Formats: sequence, structure tokens, C-alpha cells
Amino acid sequence: MTYSKRFDGRKFDEVRELEAKVGIIKRAAGSAMFRMGKTVAIAAVYGPRELFPSFLQNPKKGRLKCIYDLLSFSVTERKRPGPSRRSTEISMVTVDALEPVLDLSKFAYTGLDIYIYITQADAGTRTAGINAAALALADAGIPMKDLISSVAVGKIGDKICVDLTKEEEDFEEGATDLPVAMGTRTGQVTLLQMDGNMSQEEIKEALKMAKKACEKIKEVQVKALKDKYRGTTK
Amino acid sequence: MNDNSSKSNDYVSKLIEGKKRIDGRAFNEHRQPIEITYNVSNKAEGSARVKIGDTEVIAGVKMDVGTPYPDTMDQGNLITNAELLPLSSPMFLPGPPDAQSVELARIVDRGIRESGMIDMKKLCIREGELVWNILLDIYTINDDGNLIDAAALAAVAALRVAVLPKLEGDKVQFGEFTKTKVPLKLLPITCTIFKIGQHLVVDANRQEEEAVDSRLSVAISEHGQIHAMQKGGSVGFSIEEVDQAITLAKKVSEQFRKELTK
Amino acid sequence: MVNILVKEREIVVPGQELAEGMDYLPSEGAFREGDKIISSKLGLFNLDGRLIKVIPLGGKYIPKKNDSVIGRVTDVGFSGWRVDFGWAFNMNVSLKEGSRDFIPNDADLSQYYAPGDLVVAKIIKVMSSKIIDASLKMPGCRKLGTGRLIEVESSRVPRIIGKQGSMISMIKDATGCNVVVGQNGLVWISGSDLENEMKAEETIRKIENEAHSEGLTDKISAFLNVKPREIVENDIQ
Repeated sequence: MTYSKRFDGRKFDEVRELEAKVGIIKRAAGSAMFRMGKTVAIAAVYGPRELFPSFLQNPKKGRLKCIYDLLSFSVTERKRPGPSRRSTEISMVTVDALEPVLDLSKFAYTGLDIYIYITQADAGTRTAGINAAALALADAGIPMKDLISSVAVGKIGDKICVDLTKEEEDFEEGATDLPVAMGTRTGQVTLLQMDGNMSQEEIKEALKMAKKACEKIKEVQVKALKDKYRGTTK
Repeated sequence: MNDNSSKSNDYVSKLIEGKKRIDGRAFNEHRQPIEITYNVSNKAEGSARVKIGDTEVIAGVKMDVGTPYPDTMDQGNLITNAELLPLSSPMFLPGPPDAQSVELARIVDRGIRESGMIDMKKLCIREGELVWNILLDIYTINDDGNLIDAAALAAVAALRVAVLPKLEGDKVQFGEFTKTKVPLKLLPITCTIFKIGQHLVVDANRQEEEAVDSRLSVAISEHGQIHAMQKGGSVGFSIEEVDQAITLAKKVSEQFRKELTK
Repeated sequence: MVNILVKEREIVVPGQELAEGMDYLPSEGAFREGDKIISSKLGLFNLDGRLIKVIPLGGKYIPKKNDSVIGRVTDVGFSGWRVDFGWAFNMNVSLKEGSRDFIPNDADLSQYYAPGDLVVAKIIKVMSSKIIDASLKMPGCRKLGTGRLIEVESSRVPRIIGKQGSMISMIKDATGCNVVVGQNGLVWISGSDLENEMKAEETIRKIENEAHSEGLTDKISAFLNVKPREIVENDIQ
């Protein structure tokens, strides 16, 4: 029942090794890869472009759409190609996680598409996807009030941990999972889901840990954005 | 410009007429570099990323067991699937597989199947009862032209490094890999020849594809045998052109093969 | 407290605080929140007097009045043409904006511009992102023949053109190519042979990639092996 030491030796509030790269898909308006440990997400942004069906067009602002999916071989047991209930829901909450910081008022009537694919999964895929998508949006030159950073916090046994691996998620009767996305400048939480078993106090602690982890993630995101242009401005 | 309005490319056609290509390549010259990266996804039994110029494709293999088909009771099965991800081009839209992605999967599948690349008999566990299924999935990441050759190369590369998962009883232990490789007999290479006006070129890039009238994909094994072909496009090939195309495909497939085996 | 938090020409990211205090005003790519000015774009920080601006490093072209753009005719109707210029919606060219010559009411408009024709058009009105009117008869507007069409980041267009057209003139002189740059990031190149056209593209790509580096004009003139024109260059576009 007790989880006193993490399988991979990390501290309880420590995120996995992070890596990010911006501008990986030339055809897209913006793109990025984000890796958290062994979870790898790639994201591309297309648009603003004509939006179909036309009744979805909003005369006040552009409409954000998202598709999140796992490549079939990114998980141990092959995932059937095509959308599932899970991927449909994640696509939706990803839009809600990103939209609060976007200013789409200049893109009235148009659509902005984000495509997120997980090429390798080891838990936390929606959070890695959101981290990649935020970078792809910035790369696409979409006006944003803040960057969005995302991490999952979980409870394993009685310990609150950030950025769980699959092995940790599956520990004993299964961990509590609480994925979070936030703008670290404003402190606004834009993704919040939870399943498992936690007290109000634990949730408070989890969110505090999430904020700290998101700040770390943001550092990596900022560096990746700047790295794309480093050397070209000197 | 939005791609659907530039579906012809006079500039490319005119250049080709004058025996030149938009990026200065010779007609029989593929783009450089070709990059092949193996095991890009650690949950797959085998995977590979192929880049030809700016075109990028990922292929991955997952293995499972099942009952054999009635006509091949002593052989394993190959199931190939391709998705033109909307992430890889503004022209690809989300949704169920369309004709283009089905054709892509089938061209790659035929090259592998008909060449006898995989020793399907060795993938039989108990004749008539239990055999290995190879689930080969191909995803486009960036479309800058000639997805077929990149997809075929990625598929063969993924199979080259694929291993069998652990089997306990009749159950696959997903996530546990053995050291046993998927048994292969040879390496087929698919090379597509593009017809633009009266000329044949290899490895058309995206701008050239806008000017392509027709294409012929040819799957070739190391001994120069042809195992699969597919003609696409709205213009015909003369019998002489088919012969020229095969000669060209053989030559270029050797260069692709060198990249695969180096 | 009045404070500028980043250096001139530093790369900034969305959400980054650029300045504190009320003495400065946010301009393009920046906004105010309380007493802070914050970047909304990935770009280069620029302080111009009291104005704080972020010069974008990427992003899709957004149509503006008076922009000259390159596009392709998609439809010909009874009352005008529609032109795709890479934006989410095509623009309209009315009959009276089609040509300096008088176009009779019953004319076959495809004799002027047919679907597939490449044109230089000038945006005369942006009603909304959906309704954009353009002209094909204003100075500089014309039909373009067969040429090498390349896409560049629209944010780099000012650098490719250069101060008073200095950069583009240098490319034209050195390569002998005719070059037309649309504000929408489409560039049309037409020369005597492929090698010259490729050289022109290569030069434009170099400008695109090094758009914000110092001494760009010198670098490009060295690359083209020509003397730069006698124009003082301002490093911020």
C-alpha cells in the first residue's frame, strides 16, 4: 500500500526527462514534438482556413478544432485505427485547455485545426499532447495570452506524485490520476480531470505540485520556441 | 495559396519539357538525403521513420496471434493499414480511410506479400489452429511528394527490425519482446516512376506531383524480379514506356536498398 | 516602477512580460494587463519610442487593405472573378476592378482572366475575413505568366523587398530574373534559365532564414557576388 520510492528513482514532485522541438512538420503552419520520459507527442496546426460545415463559422472569432489520437503501435496492445470514445473526449478537453489563452478575434469565420498524435505512449499522453499543441500554436503565430503547460498528478498508494509513468499508473489497485493544464503566468487551470480517490486536501496539494511541474515544463517549451530561431537573429 | 487551386503546374511541365527539374535533379535522381531511423516507437515490435527529402513517413509493426485463413492453414498473416494523417498535409482530412490511403496500404502490402519477403510458414504456430498475425501500420508525417516510396521503405524497414513478442500458452505477453526476429527472406523495394508530359522521372516532389500525368509503382526484389505494379493517373503508358519505367525503377531501387542495408 | 524587462531584438514568447508601468504602450504583438505589457506572439522585441511591439517570426498572412498579393483565379462569373491568395477565403474582383479597359456587360470574362491564371492583385477592401475585395487594374496589378512560385513566411516579406526595394533589386540585377513579391508570402520568379531562377530562390530562402540577422544586406551581396546599393539599411524592418 505504501509507495516510498518511485520506480525510476525520481522525487515525488519531479517530472520526467523533457524534450521539445518546434517546427518539425514543414507542411503545417506550426508544429512541435514534446517528450515526457517515454511518452512522445507530435502536433501540427493548420489554418486559419475555411471552416466546414459553414454553420460552424462564427462571425466574431475563429473556431478551434482538435484531433487527438494514438498511433496504433504506440501502446503495448495495438490500438485500432480511428477515433475511440477516449480519443474523442481527449480531443474535446484539449480544445478547452488551449482556447482560453488564444485570441482568435482576427480570424472570424475561419477554422484552426490542431492535430495531435502520440507516437509512443507511457502515460500522460494528453498532457504531452497539450504541451506539443501549445508550442505548435505559438509556432503558427497565433496570438496567445499565455503559454499552456500540462502535467498529470497522481496518487500512488498514499503518495502524491507528478508525471506518472504507465508502470506507476498500474501500481497495485491503480493510481488516482489528475491531469492538469495551466497558464503559468496567469495561474488559470484550463484542463482538470480526475479519476480515483482523493481528499480535498490532497487535491489542493496535487494542484500545487502541478503548478510547480508546469513551470518546469514551461521552461522547456520557451527554450524550444527560442531555439527554432536561435542563430538566425545574430 | 490553398493547394486545391494549384492542381496543375505549368512551370514544372515546361521545365521537364526542357529536360530539367524544379530542384535541379536529373530525371533518375532521388532526393537527398534519405534518412532511415529504426525503432522510433518502443512499444512496437518494430518501427521505422523514413525521410526522403522533406517527405516523412512512420511505420510500425504489432504482432498478435489468431486462427489461420482456410486457404493458408500453415501460414501467418499480414494486415497492412495506412493513414494519411491530417497532420501531414492541408489536403488530408480527418475521417475514415479514403481511396488514396487504401491504395497506399495495398501497394505497400502487395510489394511485401508477393515478393515473399516474410517467411509466412515460419509464422505458423500450430497448423490450422494458431498463427502469428503481423499488423503493419503506416502513418504519413509530412507530405512533400512521393509518399508511396517512403511508405514502402518505412514498412520494409520496420519489418527488418521487428521481433516476436513473448508467447505463453496461446497468449501473447504484450510488451514483452523476444530476441526472435520476424523471419524474412528478402527485401522488396517499391519505386515509383512519374510520367510528366513525355518524360519519366523518379521521386517526384510535391510541386512535381502537381504536374504528374500518371505514375507506375514497381516492387522489386534484390534479384531484379518484379513482384507488384500499380499504375495510377489519368494518362496511359506505352509498352515501351512501361519497359523504360521498369529499367529506371530497378536502378533507383538499388539506391534505396543501399540506404536500407547500410 | 517603470521597467523594460527584455532587450531590444530579444526573442520573446507568448505570455512573456515585456514591461512594467504605464509609461509604455502595447502595439502589434503585445497587450496590456494591469500595469504590465505582455507579448502575445513568438517574435522579436522592439521598442519604438513609447511603443512596444513584437515583430512576429512566423504566422499566417492576414489580409490588409492596400496589400499587393499574388493569387490564382479560381472562378469566373458574370460579375467578376474570385481569386485564391492563400487566405481562408477567396477574394472578389468585380467587373469594374478587372481592367483599365472598358469591359462590356456581355463580355466573356475568362478572356481577361481565366481559372488557373496567376495574378498580382491589390486588396482594396477588407469587410471581414470572409469578404475581401481586390483590384486587378491598379498600378502593379497584372497577370503573371509561367514562373517559379515559392512560398515564404509572410512576416519576412519586408526583408525580402528591402528598404526602398533595395534587396529585391539586388536579386533581380544579379540573377537577371524578374521577381514579384506578394505581401501574402508568395514570390514569383521568372528568368532566362533554371539556374538563375534557382539562384534567385536560394537567395530569397537565405534572406527568409536570416531575416533578422545583422548586416543582412552585406551577407546577401556577398552571396550574390555584387555590390550593395547605396542605401542605408535599417535593421528593424
